[in-house]
Parts: sequence; structure tokens; C-alpha cells
Amino acid sequence: MTQTQPIIELDSIYKSFGSVRANKNISLKINSGTIHGIVGENGAGKSTLMSILYGFYKADKGTIKISDQKVLIADSQSAIAHGIGMVFQHFKLVENFTVLENIVLGAENGNLIAPSLKSARETLKNLATEYELNVDPDSLIENISVGMQQRVEILKALYRKAKILILDEPTGVLTPAEAEHLFRILKNLKNEGKTIILITHKLKEIMSVTDTVSVMRQGEMTATVKTVDTNPEQLAELMVGRKVLLQIEKKAPIIGSSALYCRNLNYTDEKGVHRLKDINFNVSQGEILGIAGVAGNGQSELLEVLAGIKKAEGEITVNSNNISLNSRTSNPLTRRHLGVSHVPEDRQKLGLVMDFYAWENMALGYHYKDQYRSNKFFMDNTQLKLETEQRIKNFDIRPNDGDLAAKSFSGGNQQKIVLAREIEQNPNILIVGQPTRGVDIGAIEFIHRRIIQLRDAGKAVILVSVELDEILSLSDRILVMFDGKIMGEKIAATTDERELGLLMAGIG
Amino acid sequence: MDVLPKWAEVVLIPLISLALSFLISAIVIIAIGENPLSALQIMVDGALGSTYGWGYTLYYTTNFIFTGLAVSVAFHAKMFNIGGEGQALLGGLGVAVICLAFEWPHWSLALIAASFGAMIFGAFWALIPAYLQATRGSHIVITTIMFNFIAASVLNYLLVNVLRPEGSMDPATRKFSEAAHLPTLHEMFSIIGIPFSKAAPVNISFLIAIVACILVWLLIWHTRLGYEIRTFGHSEEAAQYAGISTTKIILTSMIISGGLAGLMAINNVMGEAERLVMNAAEGAGFIGIAVALMGRSHPVGVFLAALLFGFLYQGGAELALWTSIPRDLIIVIQALVILFTGALDNLVRIPLEKIFVSFQKKVD
Repeated sequence: MTQTQPIIELDSIYKSFGSVRANKNISLKINSGTIHGIVGENGAGKSTLMSILYGFYKADKGTIKISDQKVLIADSQSAIAHGIGMVFQHFKLVENFTVLENIVLGAENGNLIAPSLKSARETLKNLATEYELNVDPDSLIENISVGMQQRVEILKALYRKAKILILDEPTGVLTPAEAEHLFRILKNLKNEGKTIILITHKLKEIMSVTDTVSVMRQGEMTATVKTVDTNPEQLAELMVGRKVLLQIEKKAPIIGSSALYCRNLNYTDEKGVHRLKDINFNVSQGEILGIAGVAGNGQSELLEVLAGIKKAEGEITVNSNNISLNSRTSNPLTRRHLGVSHVPEDRQKLGLVMDFYAWENMALGYHYKDQYRSNKFFMDNTQLKLETEQRIKNFDIRPNDGDLAAKSFSGGNQQKIVLAREIEQNPNILIVGQPTRGVDIGAIEFIHRRIIQLRDAGKAVILVSVELDEILSLSDRILVMFDGKIMGEKIAATTDERELGLLMAGIG
Repeated sequence: MDVLPKWAEVVLIPLISLALSFLISAIVIIAIGENPLSALQIMVDGALGSTYGWGYTLYYTTNFIFTGLAVSVAFHAKMFNIGGEGQALLGGLGVAVICLAFEWPHWSLALIAASFGAMIFGAFWALIPAYLQATRGSHIVITTIMFNFIAASVLNYLLVNVLRPEGSMDPATRKFSEAAHLPTLHEMFSIIGIPFSKAAPVNISFLIAIVACILVWLLIWHTRLGYEIRTFGHSEEAAQYAGISTTKIILTSMIISGGLAGLMAINNVMGEAERLVMNAAEGAGFIGIAVALMGRSHPVGVFLAALLFGFLYQGGAELALWTSIPRDLIIVIQALVILFTGALDNLVRIPLEKIFVSFQKKVD
């Protein structure tokens, strides 16, 4: 490893959007041939900073130097010309093109495609052997796995002769094994002298692959340290600005009677794809059942079927009430009557009406209840506002103003609004999807504690999450889903990431 | 956080849009060779300078309140009801049927019955497109436009072949009986001794329109149905999550919308013409769209916007009478208002937001 001079130098970068200061006085040096991590909560300004580097935004103030040359990056074309490549969280690939066509797209030399494809095929072969980046160049994008697609994105950058590679939350969609493979690739790239910037919120990844790490908080860079000199607790504290508990403590579960029993659940979506295949499980009072799996293996559909939003084949028993899943009575309203609360995966689309005030959102799904009616005709908005005030206190929602629209709250506080609404209805069963997606570390701790409190109060919780750490630390029992099937069941206390990872990949 | 404070959102943007459309109208008037200031003078005098002018202005306003509310209610459920015109025509049919079929002992009973008739016919005319939208996915904008034409044809047929009195050449019903005559503002004011133009058609329907504003406000913001309508209008997915039936909301919101549009007929058919004539709605259904857009779908806004359009209508008629400016110019002004308040909203909003942001920065 050669610790040479810095390849990227950012000097006092400022960027504002309206009155929001996304980046304040950011200076950063990244040495060539290293892996540099950037961590920070949502809205800390990581993405803005990288977008400035990649030419999507123009900084209000400040300079960028690449290899000691002051540069002006006006658009992504000039970023590429300066040797910067970016792998976005959401891939930018043409689904019905082959791998090779995608790689050449936008970098063709000349009007004829065939010669470009031919030379690209050669380059690709070399890159593949050099960095363990094996992809079949003639497969269609839509037919290859997400991990493969990510490799295509990396190859695209390398084909354009990138010296600096920026990866934005690269492991969000990968199985643990795929993530490990990715890190091997990154280490190979580093050894070949490439510089890598890794944006992530997973502290474990930072610790295992980076050489140096920068922490951002509220638009400022609060620290840049060598990875060997720090630890996850310290990084978390730097991100949030106070001490946080990364590992949640919980007592042994006191398992009660069956709360929800699901039999022979099958679901086929509008396109005719068989999304859920013969799902059977039971969840009892006083237990958290975790459902693990790589995103897109049927968990979202399972949640919506359980919550009554989607019709399906099969039957569930909720507190000894049998419900046929394709009947008229299988709908969100009757589920709520039976004490089933649902915190949806996508809070901004399903869980909240973004233009409604917080207090209006507090009635969403429960607006039919008599407690929110002042008489036969009218809703009791005063009562609703009072309740909202109480819940804002109980759940520490900030800003503590129920008269703000839901969209004015941060992601974490929006999630707290949804949780407050669902938990304070005192449900028998809580169905919760991705409870901490896009939520900052400080709020994660709080949300986890509330979920465990609910379980300790003898309620049943069904937890779906793509974050394995979350599943492992919260659940009592874990189901792993792959391709719409339940691949296996594990007891949380006696399993580990490796074992679950294999099941998530469909092996086992 | 929203960049603009609420008052700027609801007051400043419509006012600036309005000013811009007036400015362009002034340019058009100059191009015609007239003086825009004296044109404005004539409009103000004609619409607001006498109780006669006011009487007509408020008569038009009444029509536009009903159709504006109709569009607004549908709009809260994100249904774009372009069919106000047809629903108002059918409402007129409802009024005519009620008024002609029975001998009413008193106008108040006739009014109550005719109101129901108007609402039921209007609602029915909105229900068909709503049903097609909810169950077949036929786009409500397309179907309601088509239903305007169907309504006109149906009325045409009925007036020529069924409702026309024997021997009459005029495609219209016979005059309603004297007992179905609604008190005009002139008659109502003369009880308390205030003089008001006898010739002006404004009548008790104006008060009903104001009551309708209040009822719509209560419905949308204070009832469970209103909550469901707004939830659905803002986010169909959130509505599904909350267990709100899509079909129910599409049908009920359109029924209410059509009922309000139909209710307009108590003003123009029962209150003014006192018989059903061809094309009785005179485009008020379409102006309702502009009124709802400009009034931000809020009853107070709808009332104010309806008043503005009432003024434009009456003032425009006066303008055509006294100058060489054709009455069509009012349509130009209306079109400009729709263009600026609806389609070109961002033209005003974005510069305004910039001004507010730079102002805020100075305060910081």
C-alpha cells in the first residue's frame, strides 16, 4: 500500500438549498490508493457532498483539487473526464440491454456500435481477471442478480478509466455473502492503486474495509480519523453528538398463546408473478418474530397481505378469529378492529399523508373510531389535537408541534409519528416493516426500545427488515424468506449472520 | 418546511396571478384600440355601480359558487370533474320536472323539492362517469366532458319533443306557475325597506349558495367523510392503508360534486328564467373550474373567486354594450386567469419563493 499524496482535496466547500445549509465549510483530503469511508445520519450532507464531487450540484463556495490540479466539475461528463466514477444506490442500467451494451452506453467511440462492443469485450475480460469482477457480458440486465448488476456499475466506471470510485450505500440490496464479495473487489481495486469513497450508515462495514473515515453531522465534517484508531461506539457518538446504545438490551421472552396463525398463504401479483409461496407460520403473544431476507423476496407483499391491503389465497387466524385472505372482510379496517396495527415499510406513501398536519395523521386508519367523533356528524379535532400533543411528548417527536405538516418532519420523526399512532392504539399484534429505514441512529435506539416494550407487555410483533443486525438484535425467532418461500426458521439467540446469510441466498 | 408562509400561498399568489392576467388583458384592449382604464371604469360602474349592477353580479356569483364548490369537492378527492356544465343542465331538468309536475302551495316547499330534484339529477349525471372511473378505470376527465355533450343533446331532445308546450315554436318548457316564484333580493329587501333594483335576477338562491359554502367547509374539514375524501385525494396508497374504500370515495365525492353543480339550477332555472330553456347553464359549469382553481378549492376562496367572476361577467356585458370591445374579451380574461392561477402557478410561485428566501437570509 502506497501512502502517497492526496488525490482529492476539498477545501471549504459550502452548499445551501434555500435556507437549508447542506454543506458547511467542508475540507477533506483523501490519499490515493485508499478506501475512505464517509458516515453520517440521513440529511447530514453526505450525498450532497458526493453530488458536488460528481458534478450534479455546483458548490456555492470552495475549491476541488484532483491530483493537485484545481478543477471545475460542471457536470458528470467532466467528473468522468477527471477520473471519477460513481455507483449509485439505485442502479442506472437499461434493463433490456446486455451487460456489454450497458457498459458501452454513452462511451461509444464513433457512430458504429460493433467496434466499440468488440473493444469493450476485450477490456472487460482484462478487468474481470484483474479484479474478480466476473459478469457474463451477453446476459440481459433484467436476468442477472442485484449483486451482478452492481458489478456492472463498477465495470462501467472502470471502463471509463475511473481512478476514484464513489459508492453510495452499496450493500443495502446485497446478501451478506454478496457484500463480502464486493468488499473483496474493493480491496483488489485499492491494491491496484484506485481510490474508493464508501458512503454507508453501517458502522461494521466502515470498520472492516476502510483505511480512513470521515463523520458528517448537520452539514459539517465533524471528524476525519484513521479507522484503526476508532471504534463503532465513538463513530456513533460523533454522528449523533451524544452517547448511543448500539446493542439493545432485552429480557427473555414470556411466550403466551398464539396471536396470529397463518396457513397456506399464496399470493400472485397483478403481473401474474407468484410472489408468496405456501407461507405457514405462527406468532405468539410476547414474542417478536423477525422476517429476514434480501429486499424483494416477498417480505413487502407478506406485510401487505397480513395487514389486509392485498388479497391473497389462504387463511389467517387472529386471536381465534378465522379470516379467509380473499374474502371481503380481509381488509385494513377489520384488521384494526381485531387489534392488528401496521407500521408500513413505506411511511411516506402509505403510513402518512405528507400534506396533512401531524394531528390529522394521528387518525389515519383510526378515523372511524368513536373517540374521534364529537357527535353523529363531526370529527372531534380538538380531541385529536390533544391526543397528538400527548403522543408527541411520549415519543419525543421533534419539533413538538402537531400543527406542522408531516412533510416538515425528518424521516426519523415521521416514523415516530406512525409508530406513536400504531402503538398508542394498544394493539394485540404489531406488524412493522423496516422500522428504522432512513432513520437516524438516535431515533433507532428509541424505536427499538418501544418495540421491545410492546413485546414485554405481552403483545405479538412481526418485524420485517432488510437489516440483519436489526433482525438479530430484536427478534426472538427468525424466519428467512427467499423467492417468496420461507427458507428456514432459526432461534435468534442461537443463530448468526453467516447461517442466516446462507438461507437468504436460498442455500440450505 | 414550506418556503412560503400561508398568507402568501393563499392570498399573494392568486392576487399576483390576477394582476398579471389583467395586465395582459389591458394590452389586448390597447391592441383593439380602446383605453384599458376607461374599460375598467365601465366594468366597475356596470357591475358594482348600482343595485342593478350588483343584482346581476350576485346572480352570476351564485351560479359560480355552486359550480365552483362542485369542482372543489371533487378536487379534494383528486377527481377532475369537468362535467359541471352537463350536471347543471340536468339539474335544470330536475327543477323543471318538480316545478311542472305539481301545483305548489308555497314557494318554500317548491324550493325544497326543486333543490332535491336538482341535486338528484345532477348527482345522477356525475354518478355514471364516477362509476365508470371506479370500476372500469375510464378517465373521469374524458367521460365528464363527453357527458356534457350528452346532457346538451338529451335536453335538446326533451325540450323540442317532449317538454315544449303545444303550439310553441320555442324549444323551452312552459313557464312555471306563480307559486314556484322565488323571492328576489328586491322583494326580500323591500320587506325591511331597503331599495334594490327590481330588474336584477338575484334571488334567495344566493343565500343558499352561502349556506352551501359553509356546509362544504364542514364536510371537507370536519366530518369523517371529508377526512376520507382528503386522504384519498392526497394519497391513494395511504387511503388504502387506512382501509378507505376507493370506490366509495370516488362515488360519494362525485355524487356530492354533481349534486352541487345541479343545485345551481335553482338559481338560473327556477330563480331567473322560471322555465327551462336550451343551454340554460350558459357555461357556468366551466367557469366553476376556474373558480375552484383560483379559490384553491376552499369555500372562502370559491366565494371570493365566484364574486370576481360574477363581476367580470356583468362588467363584461356592460363593456360590450358601451364600447367596441366584444364580450368575448371576458372569455380572454377568464382564460388568462385560468392560465395564470392553474397552469402557470410556478411562474409566480418560484420567483416569489426566491424573494422570500433572500428576505429570510437577511433576517438571519
